[in-house]
This record gives sequence, C-alpha cells and structure tokens, in this order.
Amino acid sequence: MRAMVYRGPYRIRVEDKPRPVLEHPNDAIVKVTRAAICGSDLHLYHGMMPDTRVGMTFGHEFIGVVDEVGPSVRTLQAGDRVMVPFNIFCGTCYFCARGLYANCHNVNPNATAVGGIYGYSHTCGGYDGGQAEYVRVPFADVGPELIPEWMDDEDAVLLTDAVATGYFGAQLGDIVEGDVVVVFGAGPVGLSAAASAWLMGAGRVIVIDHLDYRLAKARSFAHAETYNFTEHADIVVLLKKLTDHLGADVAIDAVGAEADGNLLQHITSAKLKLQGGSPIALNWAIDSVRKGGAVSVMGAYGPMFSAVKFGDAMNKGLTLRMNQCPVKRQWPRLFEHVRNGYLKPRDLVTHRIPLEHIAEGYHLFSAKLDGCIKPLIVPSAA
Amino acid sequence: MTYTQQRPPMAESSAELRARIPGWGADLNPRHRPAVPMERLDPHPYGAVWDFPERQPEHWPRERSNEHAFLTPVFGTSCPPHGPAGAIRKLAYRRYSEGRAAHWLLLLAADRIDATTGTLRSFASRHPANPIAETGMLAEFKYHGLRSRRGQQRADLVHQPLDLVIVGGSWLAAAVGTYRLVRRVRRVVQRAR
Repeated sequence: MRAMVYRGPYRIRVEDKPRPVLEHPNDAIVKVTRAAICGSDLHLYHGMMPDTRVGMTFGHEFIGVVDEVGPSVRTLQAGDRVMVPFNIFCGTCYFCARGLYANCHNVNPNATAVGGIYGYSHTCGGYDGGQAEYVRVPFADVGPELIPEWMDDEDAVLLTDAVATGYFGAQLGDIVEGDVVVVFGAGPVGLSAAASAWLMGAGRVIVIDHLDYRLAKARSFAHAETYNFTEHADIVVLLKKLTDHLGADVAIDAVGAEADGNLLQHITSAKLKLQGGSPIALNWAIDSVRKGGAVSVMGAYGPMFSAVKFGDAMNKGLTLRMNQCPVKRQWPRLFEHVRNGYLKPRDLVTHRIPLEHIAEGYHLFSAKLDGCIKPLIVPSAA
Repeated sequence: MTYTQQRPPMAESSAELRARIPGWGADLNPRHRPAVPMERLDPHPYGAVWDFPERQPEHWPRERSNEHAFLTPVFGTSCPPHGPAGAIRKLAYRRYSEGRAAHWLLLLAADRIDATTGTLRSFASRHPANPIAETGMLAEFKYHGLRSRRGQQRADLVHQPLDLVIVGGSWLAAAVGTYRLVRRVRRVVQRAR
C-alpha cells in the first residue's frame, strides 16, 4: 500500500509499505477514505516529539471503510463506514472506566504519561497512522463509530480530533453565562473552541493570532472578536484594557508547543528542544485571565519541562485544566450540534491534497501558505 | 468597573447573543457537556466485553517505559528499534523513567541519528533521499509562497530563515563534505601516480 513515511525533521515521502495486518483479535483494518494533517502532526514533522522514528506513518485524524476485522470483533463488519477517534483505548482500564479515554493505560507501553495515539511517535505507543491507504485500528469494538447516514465525510473526519478537541477546550474552561473567553490560536482547534464557547453561553469571545487570514476565519466561522498580536506592543495589556482591567474569565491555549511571538522561547524549545514546547501562549493565557479564572490547555506540548509561569498561576488562584480530548465522549453531543448547524466542521477545510503530494501538503500547512487552515489528504485508493 | 464589586456589564445581552449566534447557549447547562473526569464508574463502555484485554503477541523484545509493570496488552509495531539509534532508544527505556530529562534527551538524540543513518542508507537503496520532493518545497511555487508572506506581520517569519538552515544546512554540509572528500581522494591518487 502507499503510505506517508517520516524521513527526519522536515522530510517525508510516500512509499510502498506492507499493508497492516491484524495483530490482536479485536483489531480491524480500515481502508482510509479521508485523512487530515493536524497542527500537532507538525510537532512530529519538525522533530519535536521524542522517539519519532524514521519509517513511521503519521495521521491521527482519519475516516474509512472497514476492510477486515479480527476474530473477536462483534460490532463492526467489512464495508462499514467508520470514523475513528484519535485516541486508542481499551475501554475498561482504570482510566477508561472513568471516561478518561485519552489516558488509557493498556495501549501505550512507551509511556505512562500519555495514552495511545495513531501515528504519533513511539512516545504515544508506536502505532502507524492514517495518512496511508490502510491502517490498523486496535480495539475495533471500542473506538470507531459508524458514520451517520446524514453526515458528510469532511464533517466526520474533523470530528475525529480538531473540532472535538476545540469543544473540549471550551468545556474545560467551565464557561458560565456571560463569561469573557479569550482563545489563543486561530487554527482549526482554536476556531472550534471559540465557536463552542458560544454554545456554552459565553458573553464575549476574543481570538488572538498573528495570521490575518485565520483571524478573518475566526470572525466568520466563530463570530469572534479578533486581534493580531503582532500589531500590539503587549497583548496581555491589550486584553486587560479590553476587559476593563479585570482579565478574561476563561483563557484557552489552542496553540501548544510551537508558539510564535518570542524568538528566544522558540529557539530554546522548537529548535534546540530544551523545553517541551514554547510556553509563550500558555504564559499569555495565565497573564491575561482574571484572578480566580480558568486556563484551559489542549494545545499539544512535549514531555520535557517548559518554562511556565506557574508562580503567577498560583498567586492568581487560577484553575488550570488540560488533557488530550477523550474524543468519543464528545461525539453524541457534537453530532447534534453538527446536525443542527451550530458547528460546521467542513467549513474549516481549505485544501484537499492527494496522498502522493503529502510532502507539499505538510510544507503548505507548516509554512502557512495560501491561506491554509485545514488540509485534507485523499488516499489514491479512496 | 473592576475596582468595585461589580462585574463589567456584557456588551450584548444573552437574548441578543442568542439571536445573533446559531446555537448560543445550547450547552449552557453544564449537564449537557460530556464532562471529564467522569466521576461515575462505567466499567464496560461501548463495545468492550473484557476486564483485561487479550494480549497481543510480542514478536521482539518490545521496549517499554520502566514505569509500566509489564508490556501493555496492545501496542504499536511501527518501527522496531535497530542500529545505533535503536541501541540508544533501548537504553533510554531500560534505564531512565519518564521523569528524567535523560530519557527524553537520549530519545531525541536517537531520532537525529536515526534520520542521518536513514538518509545514508537510502543512498544504497533504490529510493535515495530526494531533498526537493521530501521537503515539499515545490509547495512554495504551487501555493503562493511569496504572496503568503509579503506585506504581512507574521510572527513566524522571524524564525523561518532558521528553518531553512535546519532543513538545508545538513544537505549543504554533506555536499561540501563530499566535495572535499572527493578532492582529497583525487589528490592522493594523483600524487601516487
């Protein structure tokens, strides 16, 4: 089969790889019909995530058709159209039993601090991902869900991570009616978080980014008030002024490890790998939220320590909440929101790229060319 | 006014927001939000019928965090460790827990060795490394590289030249090194004649 293959930082190509096989009785093999490149794939692409091995296939956002199932699979059969959450989870360990599917203890031997994720380095379990013609899906009875008849494929693929994670980010903020919510980052996750904040009753939603085209999308997709931080000397002071010097009630970090805006932070984290990520966005969130407010983090950070302003968080009495999104728990509610037209995931898609040209897709997304917000990958066999 | 008890007033009322934004307040009641962590124990959600899953066969000594009691019942088999990078990875997993910086720094070092040896190996294969195709740099022409950057106050433009050095620097160094090696060999051969 044809598959995207990692060759080293900033280098990928498409190669012939053996088709995945059933390795566990509850595995399924899924023929991928649509995949996406996620912003967090760029952390792998840039060589930030430890134990990203040459030869690995990325891709944790994908949908497809079941091609083969293992002997113990009861709920799926060949031919089913399925969407697959980016988390791999067993469904019954201590953490899964408590709904923490992103923290499953039974799927990632390489680490205990993070669960299993498709195509996300060996730190997340060493599973190949969905930027390929076929992918192995463990615990096929637990993770995948049949795509509803009425749902568009492009809506479905974005619900496997980006939109679900954005909704989760807003949810972690514990928004109450009238709250001022500031979202750092206007990528697909930040945009989804901003749109979701309204569903939870926000009174004002402010989105911060440095790319004008993404801020324009934040206005149209998420009805948000937007500011380009490069146009202001100090974004924290601006946010304080905008909120009557109180600060936002909820700040959402939808940026993660490769935040721009401070060259020193960027060099020590993204380039020298001395930090688990550039914490500039997270520090802005801590600084700009009001005392007693909430900071929600679902931007992805690496496992190394980062220079986070924890003292300020403590002194301000903040509530910090964070996790990888337990995607499947979000789906029933998100399906309703998509069906009602409250969330329109496919509006985020800007580019559709054949699998054979995926290297250009990564560069396009990484360098943020051509107004790219969300590139989808179309496997040749789809 | 922040310096008094009152919260600053909302610019728009809830009714105005509801009229302007589709779905506003649909999840205003927190019970409509699928909260995490979930306090209620649900031991068999979705299609799981096991208490402990059947174990996937281990076809090679699978590396694992020393914080785990045993190899997890299911695991990825993407790229078994091999060569010098593999040896470093095995050491990182065997000796250092996830709490130790050494664990992660060794893994990052192994990643770089893996990428370098992978490139060298590729030159002995039918599919040698192709920096133009692999970096996707043709996207610069196809997707308006110049126009996407010109006249914009993008924060990432500050470090993008660094990215170029990271991407192209190793190839440039390899090209210069190869040239100097060939020149030296040629001189040695000429002197020998």
